[in-house]
Amino acid sequence: MLRIECPCCGLRDQDEFRYGGDASVTRPGHDDPDPEAWYRYVYVRANPAGLHREFWQHVIGCRQWLMVERDTRNHAIASVAFARKAPAKKSFTQTSLAQKSLTKKSPVRKSTA
Amino acid sequence: MSSNQKRLAAGGRISREQPVEFTFDGRRLVGYRGDTLASALLANGVTLVGRSFKYHRPRGIFSAGPEEPNALVTLGTAGRREPNLPATTLELADGMVVESQNRWPSLAFDVQSINSLLAPFLSAGFYYKMFMGPTRRAWMFYEHFIRKAAGLGRAGTDPDPDRYEVRHTFADVAIVGGGPAGLSAARAAAAAGARVALIEQDFLLGGQLLADPSDGVAASWLRQAKAELESFENVTLMRRTTAFGAYDGNVIGLVEQCGQTDPQRAGEARQTFTMLRARSIVFATGAIERPMVFSNNDRPSVMLASAARTYLNRYAVLPGKKVIVATGNDGAWRTAFDYAASGAEVMVADLRAAPPAALTAEAARLRVAVRAGTRIVDLDGGHAVRRTTLAGPGGESQTACDLVCMSGGWSPTVHLTSHLGVKPVYRDDIGGFVPGAFTAGRFGAGSMMGTHSTADAIDDGHRAGIEAASFCGKSASVPAPSKLDLGETATAPLREISSAGRGKAFVDFQMDVTTKDIELAHREGYESVEHLKRYTTLGMGTDQGKTSNFPALVAMAALRNATIPETGATTFRPPYTPVAIGALAGRATGHHFKPIRRTPMHDWHMANGAEMLEVGLWMRPYFYRQSGRDVNEAYVAEMRTVRQAAGLMDISTLGKIDVQGPDAAIFLDRVYANGFAKLPVGRARYGVMLRDDGIVFDDGTTTRLAENRFFMTTSTAKAADVLSRLEFLLDTAWPDLRVAVTSVSDEWAAMSVAGPKSCAILSAAFPALDVSDEALPHMGRLESEWEGRALRILRLSYSGERAYEIYVGATAGGQLWSRLLEAGRAFDLKPYGVEALGALRVEKGHVAGPEIDGRTTLDDLGLGRMAGKRTGFVGDVLRRRPAYLAPYRQRLVGLECIEDGKRLRGGAILFLPGEKPYGHGRGRITSVTFSPERGHYVGLALLAGDVAVEGNEITAVYPMKDETVRARIVSPVFLDPQGERLHG
Repeated sequence: MLRIECPCCGLRDQDEFRYGGDASVTRPGHDDPDPEAWYRYVYVRANPAGLHREFWQHVIGCRQWLMVERDTRNHAIASVAFARKAPAKKSFTQTSLAQKSLTKKSPVRKSTA
Repeated sequence: MSSNQKRLAAGGRISREQPVEFTFDGRRLVGYRGDTLASALLANGVTLVGRSFKYHRPRGIFSAGPEEPNALVTLGTAGRREPNLPATTLELADGMVVESQNRWPSLAFDVQSINSLLAPFLSAGFYYKMFMGPTRRAWMFYEHFIRKAAGLGRAGTDPDPDRYEVRHTFADVAIVGGGPAGLSAARAAAAAGARVALIEQDFLLGGQLLADPSDGVAASWLRQAKAELESFENVTLMRRTTAFGAYDGNVIGLVEQCGQTDPQRAGEARQTFTMLRARSIVFATGAIERPMVFSNNDRPSVMLASAARTYLNRYAVLPGKKVIVATGNDGAWRTAFDYAASGAEVMVADLRAAPPAALTAEAARLRVAVRAGTRIVDLDGGHAVRRTTLAGPGGESQTACDLVCMSGGWSPTVHLTSHLGVKPVYRDDIGGFVPGAFTAGRFGAGSMMGTHSTADAIDDGHRAGIEAASFCGKSASVPAPSKLDLGETATAPLREISSAGRGKAFVDFQMDVTTKDIELAHREGYESVEHLKRYTTLGMGTDQGKTSNFPALVAMAALRNATIPETGATTFRPPYTPVAIGALAGRATGHHFKPIRRTPMHDWHMANGAEMLEVGLWMRPYFYRQSGRDVNEAYVAEMRTVRQAAGLMDISTLGKIDVQGPDAAIFLDRVYANGFAKLPVGRARYGVMLRDDGIVFDDGTTTRLAENRFFMTTSTAKAADVLSRLEFLLDTAWPDLRVAVTSVSDEWAAMSVAGPKSCAILSAAFPALDVSDEALPHMGRLESEWEGRALRILRLSYSGERAYEIYVGATAGGQLWSRLLEAGRAFDLKPYGVEALGALRVEKGHVAGPEIDGRTTLDDLGLGRMAGKRTGFVGDVLRRRPAYLAPYRQRLVGLECIEDGKRLRGGAILFLPGEKPYGHGRGRITSVTFSPERGHYVGLALLAGDVAVEGNEITAVYPMKDETVRARIVSPVFLDPQGERLHG
């Protein structure tokens, strides 16, 4: 059984986590119309013998999505970090800013543009 | 026969003042506390304890540990019956009922030993040969008889009345093995300050030290080591505990035998399965002695030399008085000396032309006869040995004996390290495989690493213990261990396997594999050890070939004229020894097998005649018994109630997600295939989510509660997946979106009132609320309070009728449910179950799980127009790939049965009329129901687009029941295509 050091909750059994697939592929932008880009993101995998970057979510815990580096040859875990990096902080400040400006401008307007 | 006639008057680690009674094949016998079943049987002169797997040959006790291939017995009766247990590991307990195995009618007289005569047909590759070629038909005929004859014990079929436990525990340093190396490692790690768990499969600590005289220097060292360990508060001694598997993350699977043998622990679980998570591990698993291979080496009273010594010194049993010790190494001579000192007449047959002088001198002193350059080639005796044939420099000679002790060297116990992927490497100097390089935090010590002497093992354990503790950051200074020198001399290992070729010379005793089978496998081209294993079944018994792997490897290497490393070794996999399923399950049996989720209205359902259905972990009302005698009668009645009056349905199981944040609308616009940005506050909308690959993921309704707040519902089955997916997108794809999602599934009880009278019922139930069409239009929402709890009413319909979903704080669910039924009594409101719910949606042509099956696109389900020309949502690019738009792709259609007295069935395969019903057909029926509105069966189907022409006929074939039914292709909406009933 893998034991994953959740940056939020500490060292936990893999039973508490949900696997989320290869984290080394780049997800196209939500409005990227290129089928090739989506094809590569959904289907093309390197399948390395060695370090593999992958997503895990601590579902029975803090529910954070994590980025785990695991050696596929011996399942040794080299690193664990929050998948949500800097933007997490940024978004926090943005949220407080946004709340101030809420009355002025609805962000909903921007969406379908 | 007198009791314990083979027992010595003194010595051993048994309590003569504590006799233990047991029965073996109905015979009452007495042993002592401290005995194993094997030692007690030997003490009572029982040599024949079982019959072999294939040939039903008589077998005795071969070893004194878990490597035992022969002496497998069935313990207990009725539900407690447990087969295939090695007598050598069973701690003797009062009242034990033991049976021998694989014999009929009795152990002494077994009619199937005639299998020996059939041996030519039961050779290596027997099964493979039978399955292929012309013998295949014969196999069909003989299988029953062969399966009956070959085999081991049989498990009981009664429920097991015993309790099993599962436990989770942690340690800094786990030490596997309580021999000299393990004890020394535990002491060192503990003194360094680590929290230590010492795991020992035996009920006594000591390992091979227990084979030494119980009053000698080994015994006093052991006594001191034990006392010292017991004085540490940071050491947990786990006896009777087998480490059966080593796994990733330094997790070790342990199974403890308890509650059977120790009267103080009566009433405890019979076995406890423990998952031990350790920061570092010291493997001190020791080594297992190998047999020698000669004709009839499987006869009772032929045993491993170390086992014979263990029975003598630990259990004070003298199983034979005329003893032959056959060996090629020094260690086995200690068995000869100890037997001679106990009064037996002993002869050593050593393969070496010139055994060390120190040994021959000691032999002379103890009057042990020595035959140098001599090997055993054959052996006479049925139920016990009588005579051996020795071949030496002077030719062959026969010697009478009643016990043969053999030693073909030692194999380090590398099973657990193999579990971790550590490849064994061959060491020529010790003639065995030791673990290769360990990854960080794992250490080995003692004979499993190839250490030879006890003194070295103690030093090695000491070093490993310090290193393992230091790995956990514990490095207090540790005093040197006390020394123990047992004067072992290094020995040349045995690397040859010989068979004189007279009778059967066994390599794998449990699987009845002989040297001839290995020769045959080689001749037929199965030279790789992995092929050899599968072709001959070598090493595939319950003992996992603990004693047979190496001799087989040596034999194959010789046949191939290759070295042992070239020949290679097979991989050991968990479990090291068999583990009862009951132990792994612990208390997770019966309805504790998995958690049960109950809705807030569960008790009402149970008290009011609901037949419940498991839906995932949820318990949902299937139908209510007052609606009909069986489900088919009930669901139709419940459908009628909904269509004509009103029905009440518990929908608390729906996934409910609170979506909040300034970008919530943008977020939902991206995750749903249809737009949500322009959804007005206070309105609900049906939405469909796709996966990235363009396949439909889930559907549900989402209501805009406020500008930046939405209330999403998901299907019951996908609730967890949808939440996780939303979190994934927010955390990894669009971290710039300021949105938070939270599951509120358990916070709300939910119920749906559906039917033409539903509005009137709501008015009656909530007189203070305005539920008129103006205040609460279709897809409208109303927020209020009820009895101090939040109340949310959404006007949504699944059944096609006017309907309302009512959400209330979960703890008030049962109360509101009753209130609605009371208010609805005048309007014929009745509860309905999931079968009627499913039938109502089929009649209305709504898709659900059977159609959203992970293979269908929006277009397949006829929902393509929901997305229209929108872009920028999950799955929008790949849903438009050419193969998904092909004209032959299966799409949703409705079917109606056009044959009187027949019915449609879910899963039926669709063919064109007149087409031969063969293969996958043109499509399949996904959901069916009897439609009271139409008066016949209707169904939804996925049918190839190029033949899905409304009005045409199709044939539905259901091979399981040999049914063929004609149906007509129609619109999937069987009822009210204009949606007028929503407002009725």
